[in-house]
Amino acid sequence: MTENPSESHPPGPIMSRRETLQATAGAVALAALPPLSATATSAPALDTNTVTLTMTVNGRAQTLSVDPRQSILDVLRETLNLTGTKKGCNQGACGACTVLVDGRRIVSCLTLASMHDGAQIETIEGLEKDGVLHPLQEAFVEHEGLQCGFCTPGQIMSGLGCIAEGHAGSPEEIQFWMSGNICRCGAYPGIVAAVADAAGRT
Amino acid sequence: MSVSLIGRPMTRVDGRAKVTGAARYAADFNQPGQLYAVIVSATVGLGRVTDVAAAEVERAPGVVAVLTHRNAQKLPYLPHKAGIDPAVGERLHVLQDDNVRFYGQPVALVVADTLDHAERAAAALRITYESRQPLVDPTDQRAEKIVPEAANRTRALADRSRGDADTAVARAAVRVDETYDMARENHNPMEPHATVAAWNGDRLTLWSKSQYLVNEQAEIAAIFGLPAENVEVICPFIGGAFGTSLRTWPHVTLAALAARHVGRPVKLVLTRKQMFFTTGHRPRTRQRVALGATPEGRLTGIIHEGMGETSRYEQFMEALTNVTDYLYSCPNVRTQYRLTQLDTGTPNHMRGPGEASGIFALESAMDELSYKLGIDPIELRRRNEPQMDEAENKPFSSRSLMQCYELGSERFGWARRTPEPRSMRDGRLLIGMGAATATYPAFHAPASARVRLLADGIAEVEAAASDMGPGTYTSMTQVAAEFLGLPPEQVRFRLGRSDYPQTPSHGGSWTMASVGSAIRAACVEAQAQAARRAVADANLPVFGASVNDLEWSEGRLRRRGEAATGLSYQDIVARTGVPVEAERSAERASEVAERYSMHSFGAVFAEVAIDPDVGTIRVRRIVGAYGIGRVVNPLLARSQCTGGMIGGIGMALMERTVLDPRDGRPVNAHMADYLMPVNLDIPKLEAFFVDEVDPHVNPLGVKGLGEIALVGTAPAIANAVFHATGRRVRALPIHIEDVLTA
Amino acid sequence: MFPFVLEKPQSTEDAIAAAASGARYIAGGTTLVDLMREEVEGPERLVDINKLPLGGIRVEGEDLVIGALARMAEVAADPNVQRLQPLIAESLIEGASPQLRNMASMGGNLLQRVRCPYFRMLDAGCNKRTPGSGCAAIEGLNAGHAILGTSDHCVATHPSDVAVALVALYATMRVRGSKGERSFPVEELFRLPGDTPHLEHTLLPGELIMEIRVAGGPHSHRARYLKVRDRASYEFALVSAAVALSIEGGVIRQARLAVGGVGTRPWRLRNCEAALAGKRPERQAFEEAAQLATQGARPLHHNQFKVELLPRTIVRALEMAGEVA
Ligand SMILES: Cc1cc2nc3c(=O)[nH]c(=O)nc-3n(C[C@H](O)[C@H](O)[C@H](O)COP(=O)(O)OP(=O)(O)OC[C@H]3O[C@@H](n4cnc5c(N)ncnc54)[C@H](O)[C@@H]3O)c2cc1C
Ligand code: SF4
Ligand code: FES
Ligand code: FES
Repeated sequence: MTENPSESHPPGPIMSRRETLQATAGAVALAALPPLSATATSAPALDTNTVTLTMTVNGRAQTLSVDPRQSILDVLRETLNLTGTKKGCNQGACGACTVLVDGRRIVSCLTLASMHDGAQIETIEGLEKDGVLHPLQEAFVEHEGLQCGFCTPGQIMSGLGCIAEGHAGSPEEIQFWMSGNICRCGAYPGIVAAVADAAGRT
Repeated sequence: MSVSLIGRPMTRVDGRAKVTGAARYAADFNQPGQLYAVIVSATVGLGRVTDVAAAEVERAPGVVAVLTHRNAQKLPYLPHKAGIDPAVGERLHVLQDDNVRFYGQPVALVVADTLDHAERAAAALRITYESRQPLVDPTDQRAEKIVPEAANRTRALADRSRGDADTAVARAAVRVDETYDMARENHNPMEPHATVAAWNGDRLTLWSKSQYLVNEQAEIAAIFGLPAENVEVICPFIGGAFGTSLRTWPHVTLAALAARHVGRPVKLVLTRKQMFFTTGHRPRTRQRVALGATPEGRLTGIIHEGMGETSRYEQFMEALTNVTDYLYSCPNVRTQYRLTQLDTGTPNHMRGPGEASGIFALESAMDELSYKLGIDPIELRRRNEPQMDEAENKPFSSRSLMQCYELGSERFGWARRTPEPRSMRDGRLLIGMGAATATYPAFHAPASARVRLLADGIAEVEAAASDMGPGTYTSMTQVAAEFLGLPPEQVRFRLGRSDYPQTPSHGGSWTMASVGSAIRAACVEAQAQAARRAVADANLPVFGASVNDLEWSEGRLRRRGEAATGLSYQDIVARTGVPVEAERSAERASEVAERYSMHSFGAVFAEVAIDPDVGTIRVRRIVGAYGIGRVVNPLLARSQCTGGMIGGIGMALMERTVLDPRDGRPVNAHMADYLMPVNLDIPKLEAFFVDEVDPHVNPLGVKGLGEIALVGTAPAIANAVFHATGRRVRALPIHIEDVLTA
Repeated sequence: MFPFVLEKPQSTEDAIAAAASGARYIAGGTTLVDLMREEVEGPERLVDINKLPLGGIRVEGEDLVIGALARMAEVAADPNVQRLQPLIAESLIEGASPQLRNMASMGGNLLQRVRCPYFRMLDAGCNKRTPGSGCAAIEGLNAGHAILGTSDHCVATHPSDVAVALVALYATMRVRGSKGERSFPVEELFRLPGDTPHLEHTLLPGELIMEIRVAGGPHSHRARYLKVRDRASYEFALVSAAVALSIEGGVIRQARLAVGGVGTRPWRLRNCEAALAGKRPERQAFEEAAQLATQGARPLHHNQFKVELLPRTIVRALEMAGEVA
């Protein structure tokens, strides 16, 4: 879509008229602040309630006490110090945080840990077994499925999902089913080759 | 080595770390006792903070501190400028006063025990502003154009002229005179900026995303008034950067400030939205290119006038019009570069800075000229191929542009193209083929490196370089292994610490040339030292020999011409156990720089398919042929090229940061709204390298690749869009609506 | 994100009771968690409905019945869905990403909230988020916004893809609240913004979506979904069209048509449907009918192109449907 600001209307207020009037009195942000946040700051903030849950991460059962707000991504990275899983956007829009939950690929940034008591979680750290790389990991190195490596854990976990779902039949199919993982370095050709190769091997 | 390691397609030495999650990026360096900081960004585009209701938030769960200009430590902000900082102006000082210079500027920082607490408190912090209407549109009547003050001191020249271009264009038999626009773009690497800061007394450690560690060290030292050696910056891996981590942006200062304030390590990671505020962007540009030519297609005049945006407080410049000076043979050339100062953050270098934008205008205009002349676009370039750099009056150290066009057009199948616009179809789809030239300077900067030969036969090599993805770890390992004559497994190359030997910034495609040359020099020196030690060791067979009679080959020291097994590094070092250590710098001899014009060249070909009903534009394939001197690792080089082409697809068809003119906010500051190519957008991409030997650029003969890989792709696509539709779109990105009614 | 209490009811009744007293359902969370993190949403109580028996896909006679908790990916891959209503499968895989589709439920998809950028900016006026605060989009950057069904108070499009297909297929839905169950066409779930854009749907407080029912018919197979966007995947529609044709004796007996990306709700085009009935499935008839689609369109400053793109998208989608063997 195109939006060329230079062709837009003469700039008008971004707040409603009511708010702009207040804004001239020097309180733009205040006026714009909607009731939601306003109530929360004025009302006594609910104290953090933590919940206890069990998650099996890479085969190891973990009993954790988490803030119900924590995503699986933040639990992995900040609580368990499993920093292999990456946060690229925290908005479900990049795929860097992809892990397998109960065998399915999901974006862990939009997944509340508190809703996944008892879940089986697999992350990039769990793929290597006894010092031997998973065939998909190997294929990523061989086929240049990475450059900076930041999207790579998400790509690999997503690639595992893609193969398991039966969506790795052809390069075109892989491209379609791997489009939930953005790679800004543009390692896509290698990613497709790696997934295709590993799908053939497994 | 019998087979040279340089030129070998070796897989990445850090590949395993990257596919296992072991590679640690800035935000992965959790520290014991660490707190979390979240930046509060200004919600007005220009004005002043009049009140901060900090007290409300200080009591919120988990909050340890709320920092604003009122309570933040006043920092010395000693003068400091590196080559990557704008030469004119002063960097943004954070939390030092109540001014808001642009939307999204950091105005407060909340530190709390958990990320959730910090985020909640940051959102709850009520800040009151006095605001004015910012000016953020460079094409606005009120936006004043200025001559960049430092233009003559840098590469970005404000005015340059040879002959009389205006008259030549005015009198030319065939003319093109058009305006080309390019949108503001954000780097949007997958890794957000992040810093973990920890103080130990007056010593500061920063695990921080940086493409220029030694400068981050110097900059933070200057800001805090510390000796540089008190600051250490660590960054072994970079999750893509494309220029955004060349400068040290305010969040690094904020992390250090907060850590000192609370007396604990602090982790600060920007949100994706904040990545659009204070960490630079490719400036929006508007350019006029006027070409005059004879009916036979000889250029008689070129005018290239470019305007880029910058902030009010710094004059960011890039080489917007430089390519026009040397790319084609033409007696009359005039280029001009101006800035418009806006109420936004300062732009900065983004992959192919200047050249990528400038060449879109020039190569679009050349394509337009080819149609006016009825000459094949490649033939047009052939007719204007210069014998030398006519702006500098110097020979090119090497220039393979025509070979690139030959190889590329053959691989692409350019001969199958029918010249008439809208003449090619595949079923319902309109097919277009376009080509464009790519070029980028072959830079070189002073760099140093250290080689340590250990008793166990391992060679440790260190430089304060970075690897944002091109494969520095791997290519430097190859260089060191090559010059030491060791198998790569015996070389351990380390980068990413500011206390390693100094290197230039990791940008501008000069890492291979600069750091590679330094490593080569350090290897040669280490060999000399090892040889000297050997001849002084009575227990070694070469004892007493003159080092001039000895030679190193395949990692073994022998008397010249002798067939003996010789001595390995290990044989020599293990005698005492004391490692041989050599540190060397390398830089380009100034005579060479004086004598030659040094650039990479390439030719990019694109094929697009456009749906005539709904206007969707899909790139079907891209072929690039490049002359980049010696290719150290073809595997990595090809990845760089295809990655650059994908960046070019984004530039041509997707990427644009849109600012709301009412208050300067980036409206699409979201990964789902700032479009970048996804896997399904990617067609067949092919990169070829012409054989090119350049003995002048540097001892390795390498020219660099990161930038040229991007440059040229966008105009090739834009030219293909014209060929497909007959509609010339002179503003990037080209979206569906631009070709809908074509 | 505001703190909240998470409730995990064991029965549908308990869930409905909790929601009736002000708690908010959460299924996949791909809309809700995202907006809670932005503090656009701030429920104090969440009701996790994932353990409730609302999943699954079944066939009842001619009807396809999809549980509210069935995931987008699961529905798209279901053999019965692919066989009986391929339009649903096609519209689903054109949406979001494989990972999101593994998480997102059908019920949540229908109730996902708008992607208007100002909606998620707490420092911009937005009547939908904060009634009475104005609409920053009307005079702002509005290329992605609606041209149909807009009001002076809100111009955001409904972002769902599958909702467009369901509306085109005249799907119905069954919901249950504290006062019992009711069923109604999916189309009636969505409200026009009018002067109350914060009210987006017609569910009563606490009502839970149970399932979606789609009746099969001669149109079900000649049905296509076309999504037009600048990026090949992982992007919301600029314009999309869901069409289903039943053709008898070389003549369109019935055409069903709904469009996305242009309306403040999934937009069924009854006038185009009527214009196609009785016509031969040919480009000229498609074009004539498609011209009616923009009747009453109110383009904004930056989205005028949608007035051009919409009929073209419809024509192309009709052609695609006509080509189905
Ligand atoms: C980056 C990104 C891209 C996307 N792209 C697309 C796209 O291209 N096309 C598309 O269609 N969608 C797209 N989506 C949206 C996605 O499909 C929705 O977020 C998802 O379908 C919502 O389902 P959910 O189960 O996660 O809902 P939740 O987030 O759990 O809930 C959403 C809403 O529905 C309510 N709710 C959920 N279930 C019920 C029920 N059974 N009864 C009553 N109320 C209920 C909740 O209370 C909440 O208000 C995208 C999302 C993201 C993040
Ligand atoms: S269009 Fe609707 S959602 Fe967007 S700002 Fe206006 S009121 Fe809010
Ligand atoms: S971090 Fe989860 S999708 Fe981007
Ligand atoms: S390898 Fe850098 S983002 Fe994919």
